[in-house]
Amino acid sequence: MNKTSDVIIIGGGIIGCATAYYLAKAGQRNVTVLEGSPFIGNGGSSRNGGGVRQSGRDPRELPIAMWGIQTLWPTLSEELDYDCEYHQGGNLRLGKTEEHQKILQGLTDRAVACGLDVTMITGDEAREICPYLSDEVTCASWCPTDGHANPMTTTLAFYRRARQLGVHFYTNQKVTKIQKNHGRARKVFTEDGNVYEADEILLAAGLQSRDIMASVGLDVPMVSQKCEVIVTEAEPPMFWQMLGTAGADFYGHQTNHGSFVFGGYSGFEDYDKDDGTPINTSQALSVSSRAILQYFPALANAKVVRNWAGWIDMCKDGVPVLSKVDEVPGLTLACAFTGHGFGIGPAVGKLLSELILDEPLSVSLDALRYDRFHSLT
Amino acid sequence: MNKFDDRFADIGEFVPQPDDDLLVCRCEEITKGQIRHAIHDGMFTITELRRFTRCGMGLCQGQTCTKLIKGILARELGVSPDDIETATARGPMRPIEMETLSHEKNGGSCNE
Repeated sequence: MNKTSDVIIIGGGIIGCATAYYLAKAGQRNVTVLEGSPFIGNGGSSRNGGGVRQSGRDPRELPIAMWGIQTLWPTLSEELDYDCEYHQGGNLRLGKTEEHQKILQGLTDRAVACGLDVTMITGDEAREICPYLSDEVTCASWCPTDGHANPMTTTLAFYRRARQLGVHFYTNQKVTKIQKNHGRARKVFTEDGNVYEADEILLAAGLQSRDIMASVGLDVPMVSQKCEVIVTEAEPPMFWQMLGTAGADFYGHQTNHGSFVFGGYSGFEDYDKDDGTPINTSQALSVSSRAILQYFPALANAKVVRNWAGWIDMCKDGVPVLSKVDEVPGLTLACAFTGHGFGIGPAVGKLLSELILDEPLSVSLDALRYDRFHSLT
Repeated sequence: MNKFDDRFADIGEFVPQPDDDLLVCRCEEITKGQIRHAIHDGMFTITELRRFTRCGMGLCQGQTCTKLIKGILARELGVSPDDIETATARGPMRPIEMETLSHEKNGGSCNE
């Protein structure tokens, strides 16, 4: 076992795997990744809608999304030598009411102010882009440079390449605490009694990051939210856009393979009975189907073959923490992605590798520091 | 932590086999060779094999091929199939039209 490394990454999701890959590519190959579950990429990395999106993002994380889409995503499949199924088919965020129009206009104005190409379009213009939309759609925001990819192959492709470059991966290594040595984060303890040591430690363990960082006196205000998705059988190719709605009743896209992957909302997401296994609720299939068919009546006969669930690490202010920690030198945090971490995953991995190697950052992470949370009064 | 939690565990070189082009997952048309390559690329679990190659993820949801995939994985790792995790079964049991699902309040009937 590789007990002493230059860098330990806690969490084998897309953030951990991508950071490991970019570190190894930069020549830092003595990297160890500790995954708590039996499987690489088992949390939000495998349980998301696959959006590679800039529109609808908070201005604090938008520059990361834009940079990733401009510099990394176009060649990612070639670079990793595995098909990440990236399609830059644009993003349609759909609206049906005047209230929706206001929401979309607000999102559009904020994105345009950040230099993103997003426009408001009419229902008819949206139907020109995606002819399968129902007449109920009256307005949409349109971002032609958005897209989608396959979260599972992307995460595992990062894992595969990082492993080929010599990165050590261990599964079933549930981390319980980090310990300082002479004021610097140094040791990582696991539930089964293993102790790993490194000069630099990256904590990218999703929701579990909160318990682990508590061992060095840190906290990030995040809670879990259930995420439920339905998958259809393969349908003939219909459209490549990523879809969302102003009413937040569903999102999704059609995959390479032909199946549709749609996320929906029942309203009970914040009140999940969490027994440690992300199990679908009984209403998920129905509420999602109902919402989708209002927008896409042509899918009425598409058969659902499975549904799955996951947990989102919802941050108090809706954007992740990507930051070194002043009080704990040697520790870097990457968590609280709030359900939109996949699309920025490759870019975040590259930026974290720069942060850990003390290189100049390609995109500033100042707005995503760990110490930005303050009480109201 | 078992031996294969170390993703550098030695499982030997990939040795081509005469039936590597055999279709194992018929729904997704995934061959034995593709599955074996993925195992040698570090996919040491059924879950990862499914996510990486789509084997067992088609219309039948692996009801036909999961046993075969388990056997292939066990042989490559040199363990008993009993030592391989059971694939996660996900609802619904049979493919169901979205229209039917959307009418769950009146028993799936499309007539109001």
